[in-house]
Amino acid sequence: MSDEPDNDLTNEDDLVAADTAVETIPEPDPNAVAITLNGREIVARKGETIIAAADREGEYIPRFCYHPRMSSVGMCRQCMVEVDTGRGPMLQPSCMITVLPEMKVETNTPMAKRAQEGILELLLINHPLDCPVCDKGGECPLQDQTLSHGPGESRFVEEKRHYEKPIALSEHVLLDRERCILCDRCTRFADEVAGDKLIQFIERGNATQVSTFPDEPFSSYFSGNTVQICPVGALTAKPYRFKARPWDLEQVESTCTSCSVGCRISVHSSRDELLRFQGVDTGADSDSVNWGWMCDRGRFNFESIEAGHRLGVPLVRSEAGLVDTSWNSALELARQLIDGASSIGLLGGARGTNEGAFAWAQLADAVGIAHRDAQLGDGLSAELLGVPRATINQAAAANTVILVGPDLKEELPVLYLRLRDAAVHGHTKIIEFSSQSTGITRYAWRSIRHAPGLGPVEIAKTLADPTIAAQIASGDVVLVAGRSNMAVSEATALAAVQAVLSAVPNATVLPALRRGNVVGALQLGLAPVDVDHDALATLRLAAAGHLDLLVLLGADPINDCPDADLARRAIAGARHVISIDTLPSESTQQADLVFPAAAFAEQRGTTTNLEGRVSRLNQKVTVHGTARPDWMIASELASVLGHDLGFTSIDDVTAAIAATVPAYASATPTAIDSADGVLAVNTGGGLPSVEATEAQPSGYDYRLVVSRKLYDRAVSTTMSPSLAKLPIGAGAHLHPADHDRVGEPDGAEVRLVSASGSVVLPLVSDDTVQRGTIWAPFNQAGADITDIVDSSTAVTDVRIERLT
Amino acid sequence: MGAHGTYAWAAGYFDDGDRPQIVTSRFKYDDSYTLDRYHESGGYQGLRKALEMQPAEMADEVKKSTLLGRGGAGFPAGVKWGFTPAGVWPRYLVVNGDESEPGTYKDRLLMELDPHQLIEGCLIACYAAGLSQCFLYIRGEMALAHERVAKALDDAYRAGYIGKNILGNSFSVDIVLHWGAGAYVVGEETALIESLEGERGMPRVKPPYFPAAIGLYGQPTIVNNVETLANLPFIAANGSAAYTAIGTETSPGTRMIAVSGHVKRPGVYEIINGTTTFRDLIYGENFGQGIRDGNELKAFVPGGGSAPWFVADQLDIPFEGRQASSAGSMLGSGAVIVMDDTTDIPAAALTLVKFYAHESCGKCVPCREGGTWLYRILERIVAGNGTDADLDTIREVGQSICPGEMPHAASERLGLDAVPFPYKMTTICFVGPSAYVPVHSAMTLFPEEFAVLVTKREVRSMIPVTAAPVGGE
Repeated sequence: MSDEPDNDLTNEDDLVAADTAVETIPEPDPNAVAITLNGREIVARKGETIIAAADREGEYIPRFCYHPRMSSVGMCRQCMVEVDTGRGPMLQPSCMITVLPEMKVETNTPMAKRAQEGILELLLINHPLDCPVCDKGGECPLQDQTLSHGPGESRFVEEKRHYEKPIALSEHVLLDRERCILCDRCTRFADEVAGDKLIQFIERGNATQVSTFPDEPFSSYFSGNTVQICPVGALTAKPYRFKARPWDLEQVESTCTSCSVGCRISVHSSRDELLRFQGVDTGADSDSVNWGWMCDRGRFNFESIEAGHRLGVPLVRSEAGLVDTSWNSALELARQLIDGASSIGLLGGARGTNEGAFAWAQLADAVGIAHRDAQLGDGLSAELLGVPRATINQAAAANTVILVGPDLKEELPVLYLRLRDAAVHGHTKIIEFSSQSTGITRYAWRSIRHAPGLGPVEIAKTLADPTIAAQIASGDVVLVAGRSNMAVSEATALAAVQAVLSAVPNATVLPALRRGNVVGALQLGLAPVDVDHDALATLRLAAAGHLDLLVLLGADPINDCPDADLARRAIAGARHVISIDTLPSESTQQADLVFPAAAFAEQRGTTTNLEGRVSRLNQKVTVHGTARPDWMIASELASVLGHDLGFTSIDDVTAAIAATVPAYASATPTAIDSADGVLAVNTGGGLPSVEATEAQPSGYDYRLVVSRKLYDRAVSTTMSPSLAKLPIGAGAHLHPADHDRVGEPDGAEVRLVSASGSVVLPLVSDDTVQRGTIWAPFNQAGADITDIVDSSTAVTDVRIERLT
Repeated sequence: MGAHGTYAWAAGYFDDGDRPQIVTSRFKYDDSYTLDRYHESGGYQGLRKALEMQPAEMADEVKKSTLLGRGGAGFPAGVKWGFTPAGVWPRYLVVNGDESEPGTYKDRLLMELDPHQLIEGCLIACYAAGLSQCFLYIRGEMALAHERVAKALDDAYRAGYIGKNILGNSFSVDIVLHWGAGAYVVGEETALIESLEGERGMPRVKPPYFPAAIGLYGQPTIVNNVETLANLPFIAANGSAAYTAIGTETSPGTRMIAVSGHVKRPGVYEIINGTTTFRDLIYGENFGQGIRDGNELKAFVPGGGSAPWFVADQLDIPFEGRQASSAGSMLGSGAVIVMDDTTDIPAAALTLVKFYAHESCGKCVPCREGGTWLYRILERIVAGNGTDADLDTIREVGQSICPGEMPHAASERLGLDAVPFPYKMTTICFVGPSAYVPVHSAMTLFPEEFAVLVTKREVRSMIPVTAAPVGGE
């Protein structure tokens, strides 16, 4: 045979011959390691541990401290097996030993079984056998493995160890030290995965215990994960504590929509009541989103769905305020308002399902609603979604990630975890542009501090730096793009993104837009046609008295629009306001007509995360009161208006999306229900060209940064008892040196004055803030910082006036 | 010419034939710890000699000397140095001065009485093994040692022995002094590294964390015992042949043994390795001078608290690793604890078990839970509240820590044959097994003393215990 590759395989016989040839000479897999497991030849992967290989082969080795998403510590000694590498069998912890060729592993020999039984007996001697009243009883790895691998009885007759129980590690996580078996999972998670090393072992020997540091609670955004991975009932979370027994729980897989990361979760309920959410890990290699982790906001804010504040019946404005009404009369009133309106604005849709957004977009098309926007002037142009998109896995595997956007730890927490992991344990280098330290700053390869209102010139200059340019040129680049500062105009933020894309044209983009289904809503017809019809334009129109009807689809512009003053004037100025929502918000209170909507876990459907991944939302509990899913409200409204959207079930809508929206063509029900969902990405298009207005020096002392914290005044947070206390509250944060210059003590109230207004806020000294800037958390209890932000100016400059 | 071959020993070393002194030669001076005294008695000559050689030559000398590690495992130091991967920098020397094995107090004396000898040893090791920096970790309780080593380091820096371009050569090294926080387990090398890094002192799992490959700050690290390093100035100054001329082929040189317990003259003695026997040490005129008050020897711990016990049958075993292990124990950290016939054996075992249970770091379940369980059962037995079932439980708990056959000494009195050392273990380090070793030795070699303490029970059943305090949550 010639050495030249034979490309001329035109006839079928040749193809068959080629196939056969390939089969007879199998390529040796360089990553395969042949080992013997319990007498069976298996192929393990190079570099993996025995326990991981055994798991794949279905040979279960008992374990407590081992967790596939964390480093092995060999702490519990439960996974002892006999390993023979040619020097005779030796007892070894299978979580610590890497597979080697010709290794022989026996998991069930008398020696291994004796060791496993011995460990279980030892673990149980001090463990209170309070399984009948323990939350973990029934789903407890200690209980289960005692049954499967443990000794029949205990010989321990001494008194067990006693501790005060439980102690609070944080606002919502409690620790029972008597139940704790000290597996190091929670402490390792806090250190390795979350990067919040706030819990640690104290004391030693038999008195070893998990503890927080003095006066420092375990205030991690990810603390709930420790409860999920605790192999005993030592860690419990307040929302679920003593609420149910595992065998009474029903569960269904779904997708978290608290933010646009779209974590895969399972929703647990008992007696038609939501009780807890847990992260789902689809497996070591394939998991594309959250690796089983969740943030505490996503994990615990289901409490708001069960809270007593839910909207359960339609409400209509009367002289006595909002009063209950029937669906029929509410729909009739809505028909009249829509029919009678010559100009209508539709804002929102980013908090619901793909189906809700699509149905409302269809209704808007049928009725002719020109002004529509799923964002509230707090995001970035929908055209960002036309730029070639990256997935989270691609970002976490990229050579370089450029971050021009929000503090991911605050806005997209699990994306932060993935990128942190990529930077700490992988090879990804993060280049961050930010006007203050963020959660990721510690892990960034370069963290570029800039004044608020980052200009394209500055970006181009930074990226042209030889070291940075060399890093960017060394491999694939993912740009995580979003809005880092709501006191800076959208155009300025977009210009920064554009500047990166022109410097790195082959970069793919992961849009850091925040709301749960914002990408789905924008891709399915709720994106504005142009800037003259976007949210800010709509609100300006309403504020000027030129809008007959403003429809708020799960939107609360007063709290979410960066220009709160404009939002207030708009709601007051619109002739009529219809709100479709799950919980009463400040905007809902001022509506003329309110439709109660079905909340998360009360409806089936699909959602699209920031990657464009379409995944399943499942219903677990009955809808509250007479609330209906968004798509159904749209359908019914359409029908009273004389249009037929053609939907009689949620699956009709899902099918219609696949049939009519090209990006969603492969989003069939089967594909959506697969482990990784379906990627639906619009390709083509690109960013609109925006003229960046370079910020001019002004007579004010400070430039304002307004950005979100994970916990704010969002109704889902404030109406969840476990989260309600966590928002930090409004304040003006200054660098300590600037703070000294003001000469007022920490906490003292000062007046912040901008060209468009003033607001009184307490001063906070904060070394994450850059000198010459003021950072104010967005949407916090207290005075509204957005009162002094003018959405039409490039940046917001302020000065501080003392009240005394 | 010395009594050990035709090698002329460098000034300062004392060789009278029976008791050659390599590391304790300056102990007789009141000011042995000062730089002046060290200079006068031949100090830093070894370093100068070493610096005249190529590092590889010096390392080869150490290898040829078969200098055995004195921390407990007895591994040849020169071979250990060779385990570091080539071309990985920086690489560190960590000096294990966390001597805390019950009965062991030889390193303490070396640090208190001759700190410069240790420093010189560190410098020679760094030069020979190509180590960029040295960390000297001293046990938290040893205040005087800390003070004297600190002063010696200051003096040595000032005299140009440490720092940049040592003695005008291109060789530079820094020595960092670190004072431990007081945990026995930190004497285990990987736990010591964790502690040095500022973490909680808990052992790492080997593999993969063999210090020579992944040690301090993830870099190749040599961890050597104080006494091991203190031998280097002699080897550098006199050559490996002078060293191997003392002792036996497998155990050359001398070693320090701390004798404590019921001997007439407890203390630290430098003995000839490989040939001196336990009988010499306990009864010899130059050493322990026999059992106190004319009593009989009942048992002795040959290698620090964690070594299985010997009885009079084993007195003629020399200080040679292989002979000790085939007799069922180990030479360990160089500490002999002598018990005479007035000793209450269960109580003596309890003292040791209590120590190891208390010193468990809490990482491995068998040690954390098993150690304390053993202690509590034994405590009950010693108080007269035990049953024969408790003795079975002790052996069962022991099996959970050390599965398989447990080493012990032979006993002619009981007709027992020796089970050779070592044991298998389910824990990462030796703290866990160490809690079982003394009670196992005691029960195996003196079963009658336990039999009289426990009540016979026909059927195993629950023993009434005090009720747990009511309340709680």
